[in-house]
Amino acid sequence: MKNDVIIAGFGGQGVLLAGKLLAWAGMLGGKFVTWFPSYGAEMRGGTANCTVIISDEEIGSPVVDSPGALIAMNEASAVRFSGNVGRGGVIILNSSLVKEDIKKPGRRIYKIPANEIAGEIGNPRVVNMVMLGAYLKVSGAASIGQITRALEESLPSRNRHLLNANVSALGKGYSQVG
Amino acid sequence: MSVKTVLLKGNEALAEGSVQAGCRFFFGYPITPQNEIPEYMSRRMPEVGGVFLQSESELAAINMVFGASACGARAMTSSSSPGISLKQEGISFLAGAQLPAVIVNVQRGGPGLGNISASQADYFQAVKGGGHGDYHMLVYAPASVQEAYDLAIKAFEKADEYRNPVMILADGVLGQMMEPVKLKTPKLRKFEKPWALTGCEGREPNVVKSLFMGDGELERMNYVLHKKYQRMKRAETMAEEFMLDDAELVVAAYGIAARIAKSAVREMRNAGKKVGLIRPVTLFPFPEKAYQGAALFAKKFLTIEMNLGQMVEDVRLAVNGKRPVEFYGRPGGGVPTPGELYKVMMKHYPKGLKKS
Repeated sequence: MKNDVIIAGFGGQGVLLAGKLLAWAGMLGGKFVTWFPSYGAEMRGGTANCTVIISDEEIGSPVVDSPGALIAMNEASAVRFSGNVGRGGVIILNSSLVKEDIKKPGRRIYKIPANEIAGEIGNPRVVNMVMLGAYLKVSGAASIGQITRALEESLPSRNRHLLNANVSALGKGYSQVG
Repeated sequence: MSVKTVLLKGNEALAEGSVQAGCRFFFGYPITPQNEIPEYMSRRMPEVGGVFLQSESELAAINMVFGASACGARAMTSSSSPGISLKQEGISFLAGAQLPAVIVNVQRGGPGLGNISASQADYFQAVKGGGHGDYHMLVYAPASVQEAYDLAIKAFEKADEYRNPVMILADGVLGQMMEPVKLKTPKLRKFEKPWALTGCEGREPNVVKSLFMGDGELERMNYVLHKKYQRMKRAETMAEEFMLDDAELVVAAYGIAARIAKSAVREMRNAGKKVGLIRPVTLFPFPEKAYQGAALFAKKFLTIEMNLGQMVEDVRLAVNGKRPVEFYGRPGGGVPTPGELYKVMMKHYPKGLKKS
């Protein structure tokens, strides 16, 4: 079993963190994992992306030609990466920001109004967790429990109070997918 | 005692491995894509009673390493390609003075300032002696974050054992990627350093230098170094062999290129093609015997690098004309994908070769 996903969006949307938590959760599940970011010239408002692979077998390349899934947090990422997703793959769009009608035959497309959902939770910064929750449901790559544990282990103590909002966002995203 | 597993970047694993190896002096100057090493060290060194110093330049950093090492300490510096070029004089001096040190190069695209993407274009510089004089470093090329941790520890041990600078030749992808790492606590050897500058009260003064002006003195010195390199060749050569049994096409690649190639080798095997991989873990000494051995059964070799042809020369020297050695490379920060390498392997897969 192998799950590979590109998570992409604006710098500042928590793209790299969502990927890191996913990889961490995979590690807690005893899997082989890799996380590889776009790096260097990234900044808030620019673009950022990372590739996460979770696998039962040793992982060769941390770079993939054609990922099984894309989590696109903004329109630019949806346009740039949706063509890379392989046949039978999954595209999860943040429909709050992706207005273009992305159509890819042979790929399942899920539209999640993640900004609105994060707003309902009362923390606009948990958009990434809403999207990640949806991906967990679609892929089964890790469980909400594993992500929660990854959050507990990785959150610096000054951010512990954000745990509940993040877990709640994961759950809302998860339940968005029927 | 259970071993803790954590998720780390390659750069962080190199840094933590160095701390575990007893490195207590880090000197460096920032450059992408290795900045997580000094960042990590700036936090860790004070925790373990060590020194973290961001120097005014790369030249200062390597010469601070020289100073700390001359005093018997475990010291390191890290940089990326253009910064490593600046350190070459210091590396030559370390080799000439027989001082242990660990130098990490997280390679980026070149020449010049190049770019910040991953590259393997510094192979010649690392392996053939980037500074002046007839010297070598022991050169390790990790291909996973775990191996980065393990080889960082080994690098310090070997640097002391051989009294020689050791380079860890990584690249931007390995430095930036995260993987789980088992933080094994190493059993470190104890090295006496009677040559170190520790204050000469009650003994003859030690002199640490790379200047040998006496008649024949430098020639003798070079033979001392040479014997050391011969010893390294006998004792330190490391390579990983992957799916090599019955391989007709043998891929030669190191570091991140080897990892990407591994994915393609698996795909080739799934397609019924007999392809294997020999991944040098030490670039100096080069695992020539592994390639010589494979030349007995393989029909063809294919070297894959993120440059336009450097290690391929050593593969050709090892194979020594017995089999064709093809090459595929991506220069200037280009990182191949597994699909791309699959096509390259298909293209070079030996077909219709008559049995000799």
